[in-house]
Amino acid sequence: MIRWILVAVLAVAVGATGIWGYQEHQEKNAILVQAENTYQRSFHDLSYHMDLLHDQIGTTLAMNTKERLSPQLADIWRLTSEAHNDVGQLPLALLPFNKTEEFLSDIGDFSYNTAIRDLEKDPLTDGEVNNLESLYETSGEIRDELRKVQHLVLENNLRWMDVQLALATNDKQADNTIIDGFETVEKTVEGYSEGNLGISMTGTSNKKHEYQFLTGENINEKQALKKAQKLFEVENVSDIKITKSGDGAKVATYSASFHKDGRDGYMDMSVKGGHPLSLIINREVKDSGISLNEGMQKAEDYLKSLEMEDMELFQSSQYNNVGVYNFLYTQGDVRMYPDSVQVKVALDNGDILGFTSRDYYMNHQERDLPEPELTVEEAKDKVNQNVKIQENRLAVMENDSGEEVLTHEFLGVLGNDTYRIFINALNGAEEKVEKLQDAEAKFDDAV
Amino acid sequence: MRFKRTVILLFFAVLLMAGMPAADGLRPVEAFSPQVIQHGASGEDVIELQARLQYLGFYNGKIDGVFGWGTYWALRNFQYEFGLDIDGMAGSKTKQKLEKASEYDKGFVQEQIRKGKKFTHYGGTPKEQQVKQGDNQQAGNKENQGGENQQEGGGTPAEPTAVNVPGGFSQNDIRLMANAVHGEARGEPYEGKVAVAAVILNRVESPTFPNTVSGVIFEPRAFTAVADGQIWLTPNESAEQAVLDAINGWDPTGEATYYFNPNTATSDWIWSRPQIKQIGKHIFCM
Repeated sequence: MIRWILVAVLAVAVGATGIWGYQEHQEKNAILVQAENTYQRSFHDLSYHMDLLHDQIGTTLAMNTKERLSPQLADIWRLTSEAHNDVGQLPLALLPFNKTEEFLSDIGDFSYNTAIRDLEKDPLTDGEVNNLESLYETSGEIRDELRKVQHLVLENNLRWMDVQLALATNDKQADNTIIDGFETVEKTVEGYSEGNLGISMTGTSNKKHEYQFLTGENINEKQALKKAQKLFEVENVSDIKITKSGDGAKVATYSASFHKDGRDGYMDMSVKGGHPLSLIINREVKDSGISLNEGMQKAEDYLKSLEMEDMELFQSSQYNNVGVYNFLYTQGDVRMYPDSVQVKVALDNGDILGFTSRDYYMNHQERDLPEPELTVEEAKDKVNQNVKIQENRLAVMENDSGEEVLTHEFLGVLGNDTYRIFINALNGAEEKVEKLQDAEAKFDDAV
Repeated sequence: MRFKRTVILLFFAVLLMAGMPAADGLRPVEAFSPQVIQHGASGEDVIELQARLQYLGFYNGKIDGVFGWGTYWALRNFQYEFGLDIDGMAGSKTKQKLEKASEYDKGFVQEQIRKGKKFTHYGGTPKEQQVKQGDNQQAGNKENQGGENQQEGGGTPAEPTAVNVPGGFSQNDIRLMANAVHGEARGEPYEGKVAVAAVILNRVESPTFPNTVSGVIFEPRAFTAVADGQIWLTPNESAEQAVLDAINGWDPTGEATYYFNPNTATSDWIWSRPQIKQIGKHIFCM
């Protein structure tokens, strides 16, 4: 009898130990994942900050007035400090990062000194511009190096924890580093505001406006269904599901979707006026049969069929077998950057795969345009003399404070980079200097 | 007068002779496909366009098969110098002029691209001097494995060595987002994936969230896929496409910054957010 009780007690004890062990194991894993995430975050943040830093230095090279330069240099200073922080969060015994750290403090010193100086009285000297150019070059190299490491980490699922654990076996105090790291990473993000995400002109309006310019009568669900059927190009209305948006929506919409024959579709349509705000059709796109240029004509025809007139293409990009086109509304000859529309075309047969017009319907109106006070030549004088200007036109864009301003827009080249520069046509202020993105080299996977 | 004529004759004779060695190389004339090539395009035609422009000295960038700004300005300069309409697009007239004025050694260019070497394609310089040696340790192995049966330019066409990326994002940013989207929404319809990607971007822009893509993704307790490690599953192609769509401006959520699965949501707080809509299993809210 006593034996059986002993056996039972032992069995329970073994079972309990097992459960306890399993829970410990789960807990350990959860903490491992969390710590790993902290490292991953610092690492990817670092890479992103270096990307941004490189771009910002490049943009500085094409700037001219102190109203632009000083805040720009201050922003560079801030970015170096963030990047420096990111470096500090990483267990970096295995990777050559001291180069990066030295470089970051160099550039931090330089940008701090120039940012607090009165550039009106004491403009950048030739030597300093040369210095900037070399910083630009180096930051490009470091960025490329980092991107390579980042690619490897993502491709091969490398764990910073493995690096960390290797160190921890030699050092019993390593556990504290994890917690400290967690807290410090948290802190680095606080209190800073990123300049701009820099999504170049896609979603050109950064300030979100109300949809004040939607026109037309409210439509009912039946009408919406009919419209959706036409835009989706499906035969049976019964294949389409439709719902109305909830209380949280900024503008009331009908959302329609269908899934049939390997095609999926999703669309938002405003209740007021029944305008399509966003449309996605997903299907497999085979080899490209038509060119980016032919796709553009399809996109143009499509906009006409939606009764969007005076739309001008300003950017086209081919991603594999899909063409993405950015159109802007033009009033007279003046480009309206806030009124943008994107169209996605399948380059196998020219089908429309997507359409989004949220920016357009948020901003579009006929505007009262003032006469420019500055001639093109006068505005040109405001642009950095090192930039070779190739194209110019009038454009309305949104400046940093979110106001629409009439500007002279210049496309120019400096070194190997192309810049878009906006000079206010009324007071000559340098409203925005933007470095345009070029293609990025593919990574060699054979490593 | 007569002197002048002889000079002109001589000039032509020299020109002819100079043209000879190139012409008798028995090289088939490689020409563009009939498409109009414009900014943003990528592929074989762009490789040829860049090579031909470089042959004439207009283009000094890398021959990578993507029509970027460098190619654009080179093409415009070419059109200017040769008296064509300056529109920065390679239409039939421009391509004709270009084919006449330049040479394109397709075999050479494609071979270098396949081998992953750094090279240029300037006219008047021997080809051997235009390939950078010793810069292909990794690519060399690859060539030995796959390259043997496609020697001499005849085999599969060379792929562009670069890709278009939306402004402000790198391929790695896109991959990281694709990882997150795949971990969070791999069972969802396509629009549900775009929606999750759009929420990440909306958070980056929102003042109450971190300002980087990685900051948003790795924010503690923000995404379950990050907390339980599902983010490290290899994303499929549809996740990557969804991310590209979101970056290019598609937002099926109507500017949502939160979403949750009503069946598994553990916090009551999330139900108090003003809801916008449901896509697939997720409810999106402000």
